[in-house]
Amino acid sequence: MIQKTSPEIGGFGHSVKRKEDLRFIQGKGNYLDDVRLPGMVYGHMVRSPYAHARVIAIRTEEAKKLPGVLAVITGEDLAKAGLAWMPTLFHDKQMVLATGKVLFQSQEVAFVVAEDQYTAADAAELVEVDYEELPVLVDPHKSTDADAPILREDREEKSNHIFHWEVGDRDATEQKMKSAPVTAKLKAFFPRCHPAPLETCGCVMDFNSSTGKLTAWMTSQAPHAHRTVFALVAGIPEQNIRVIAPDIGGGFGNKVPVYPGYVCAAVAALTIGRPVKWVETRSENLQSTGFARDYHMEAELASDKEGHMSALRVKVLADHGAFNATAQPTKFPAGLFSICTGSYDFSSAFCEVDGVYTNKAPGGVAYRCSFRVTEAAYLIERAMDVLAQELKMDPAELRRRNFIPPDKFPYLCPLGWNYDSGNYEGALNLALEKIGYTELRQEQAEKRKKGELMGIGISSFTEIVGAGPSHTFDILGIKMFDSAELRVHPTGKAIMRMGTKSQGQGHETTYAQIVAQELGIPASDVVIEEGDTDTAPYGLGTYASRSTPTSGAAAALASRKVRDKARKIAAHLLEVSEEDLEWEPGKFSVKGAPGKSKTIQEIAFAAYTNFPEGMEPGLEAVNYYDPPNLTFPFGTYVAVVDIDKGTGEVKVRKFVAIDDCGNIINPMIVEGQVHGGLTEGLAIAFMQEISYDESGNIQGGTFMDYLVPTAIETPHWETGHTCTPSPHHPFGAKGVGESPNVGSPAAFVNAVVDALSHLGVKHIDMPLSPWKIWQILKEKGVAE
Amino acid sequence: MTTKNVINITVKVNGKDHTAAVEPRLLLVHFIREVLALTGTHIGCDTTSCGACTILLDGRPVKSCTVFAVQVDGREVSTIEGVAQNGALHPLQEGFKEKHGLQCGFCTPGMIMSTYALLQKNPQPTEQDIRWGISGNLCRCTGYQNIVKAVQYAAEKLSAKKETGE
Repeated sequence: MIQKTSPEIGGFGHSVKRKEDLRFIQGKGNYLDDVRLPGMVYGHMVRSPYAHARVIAIRTEEAKKLPGVLAVITGEDLAKAGLAWMPTLFHDKQMVLATGKVLFQSQEVAFVVAEDQYTAADAAELVEVDYEELPVLVDPHKSTDADAPILREDREEKSNHIFHWEVGDRDATEQKMKSAPVTAKLKAFFPRCHPAPLETCGCVMDFNSSTGKLTAWMTSQAPHAHRTVFALVAGIPEQNIRVIAPDIGGGFGNKVPVYPGYVCAAVAALTIGRPVKWVETRSENLQSTGFARDYHMEAELASDKEGHMSALRVKVLADHGAFNATAQPTKFPAGLFSICTGSYDFSSAFCEVDGVYTNKAPGGVAYRCSFRVTEAAYLIERAMDVLAQELKMDPAELRRRNFIPPDKFPYLCPLGWNYDSGNYEGALNLALEKIGYTELRQEQAEKRKKGELMGIGISSFTEIVGAGPSHTFDILGIKMFDSAELRVHPTGKAIMRMGTKSQGQGHETTYAQIVAQELGIPASDVVIEEGDTDTAPYGLGTYASRSTPTSGAAAALASRKVRDKARKIAAHLLEVSEEDLEWEPGKFSVKGAPGKSKTIQEIAFAAYTNFPEGMEPGLEAVNYYDPPNLTFPFGTYVAVVDIDKGTGEVKVRKFVAIDDCGNIINPMIVEGQVHGGLTEGLAIAFMQEISYDESGNIQGGTFMDYLVPTAIETPHWETGHTCTPSPHHPFGAKGVGESPNVGSPAAFVNAVVDALSHLGVKHIDMPLSPWKIWQILKEKGVAE
Repeated sequence: MTTKNVINITVKVNGKDHTAAVEPRLLLVHFIREVLALTGTHIGCDTTSCGACTILLDGRPVKSCTVFAVQVDGREVSTIEGVAQNGALHPLQEGFKEKHGLQCGFCTPGMIMSTYALLQKNPQPTEQDIRWGISGNLCRCTGYQNIVKAVQYAAEKLSAKKETGE
């Protein structure tokens, strides 16, 4: 049971206004590009115009001659320091600056440093590179063909194949597929897309030669992990590296990896002896940094004629580009993609993923997604509609027949995950009721008679977030715990420092609310600090919806440690035994004597002024939280669309999102997260794709052709909740930031296919652009 | 440092005159951010798409990444730093906070400048008016719904102020 707090305290359930807003609405935020240090100079990257080419020569003389230019660094220069290559976050390495050859268009080739950014850009133009073009590999399906060019000459294994990964029971699944009365098959491509936070990536590297300390200001979602990577790769002692992630203008997974620009700027700062700033342009961000998805997927479902499913088989070809710079937990080459059984009770399942290299930018990151769960949720939720169509069954009914029932939790799925809790039908029922499902189906039937195209799409997704338990989860060997360090001042105010890093999620407010809930100290009296590795406790950072499940839990447990000590001090002050005290948020009272009490503020003062003999003074606590399991947020989303037969344009008329993220800290912030995630899901479903032509030229490398929805395309979102608390999380929360981006693409595509299903359309790959839809309408003879 | 071809300009920024010698190619956004050190105006793209750099030029919203500093010689520029007056937040700023109209905050200054101009021209905008009014400003976090509410909040507050003659 969550104890209710007053609005003044502002614990759980209060829509406390965000503390961070005051600086942002006045233009007083401190983002990376706002960092200005004395003597600071600017870096600019020279990039490859070719997707695959041998680098014959790099001539830097003309660039160096330009007044104001301080250095031009090439791969050969870095090689001398052993830094031409760096490890990726997943069992591979990546070129910092090209040596020998380039492997994707826009790859980093040289780094120019100058007194100002205009001169740096001018000088970059003067760097002359001779290339000899090589055959380009764009299609991942051709990557293992006998005549495919071998991209990675640095590897011992002369193949473009990176990994094969499988999980589940292949034979049992095969048998069920063979004997099933009905099978449904879906081939779906989840296109390469990009997180595209509004602020691009960048850094300011400042090396103090007198102390030997490197201060690295970075757009980092994981500052502590980045510090350790720098220490291991560059050999700088870890105490001499301070990573500071200032305010971050959105991350969505894009700011998890280490990029070549960071390394180049650090090397330049060491070489030149002045602080070096490097900030990407938008085009550089879209063309070279961590993309997401790019999964070529196949799913097969086995079912009886009444729609009771027995087995799922999934096969994926994953395009990782030139380097496997994916950011996944070490044991999971396809992340948590094996959550592809979704919300359904299969007796057998089998999933296999093969990763390959192509001449494309390296990745892929978990874009607003817990390590490939978006791809998984899209696949299963799309496949459910394909089976429903095959069975001529209502897609809601098919889902209902196959949900894991609430009394089966904790539920061990055939691919090995132990789902902590769920009530999938509850969320489905509420969503259908809110959208008016029965009436919509009637309206659709009437519209079809008139030749109008309208569709309804359901997605009853399950997530798997909060990585993760140390027995299973690590990145480069570092276990995926997270942390909180709480210090209560003598006047009862507090500061808490965290291992995570907000990029807009409102941590300064929600973490303060956790302290408010657990200790009764008003949220407004609690300062939250993150992102400075010299002050904050070690943690793995913010991505994969892990902040509330891990650091949030640590915040609660650190608060409870403080409360335990506060109880001892209260007993001392009130001259009773600890057992005689009862707690309500903000004070301890003597049982049966409610007038006799001590507030947490009085107790805090006593912790420094009047503590029991033998007790250590002060009031602070640290917690490093190693979660016992992951959390499994879920929900049902329903989209209603109308299709314009003249233009192929799809209008999202109505959208209802029912989320179950367990207990909620701040309803306003949760709703905001859902709005934002749905809008990113809309973009993926209808507008966004980074594709490549046959020469490896990027299509979609600027905001002119990689489209971000404006307020005009974005529909009105209706939200709602069911609440199934996580049984193992200290306050029953599950995480929510990514659910809307994970669950919504299938709802949109299901709605569009539903609108066209009577014409024989079974699947359309994203993005569902007007041009693509209009072509289908034309083919079916219904275009106007 | 290089000897560069520079031109003297005088620009009124947030009510105060600034004179500087600038290269003809210097973008207004860099003049604002680097020369005047007003870093509330942000840069989010290189194709005039995102609107994070929106400022007011003689009262009209303009993307400052696509104007040269020399073009604003003798003209008046307003940035996010000039929106709060005498330490009091503008109703738009209040609205963004009250209605959760921002998350990462990177687009927020541009959004506020665009909607500031919108409300000057159209004090009682419909939801559709507001959506068109911010259609040149991209936000990756909010889905715009709460930005619409923030602007409605400000419109109501401003019209109430007008009625009471404040």
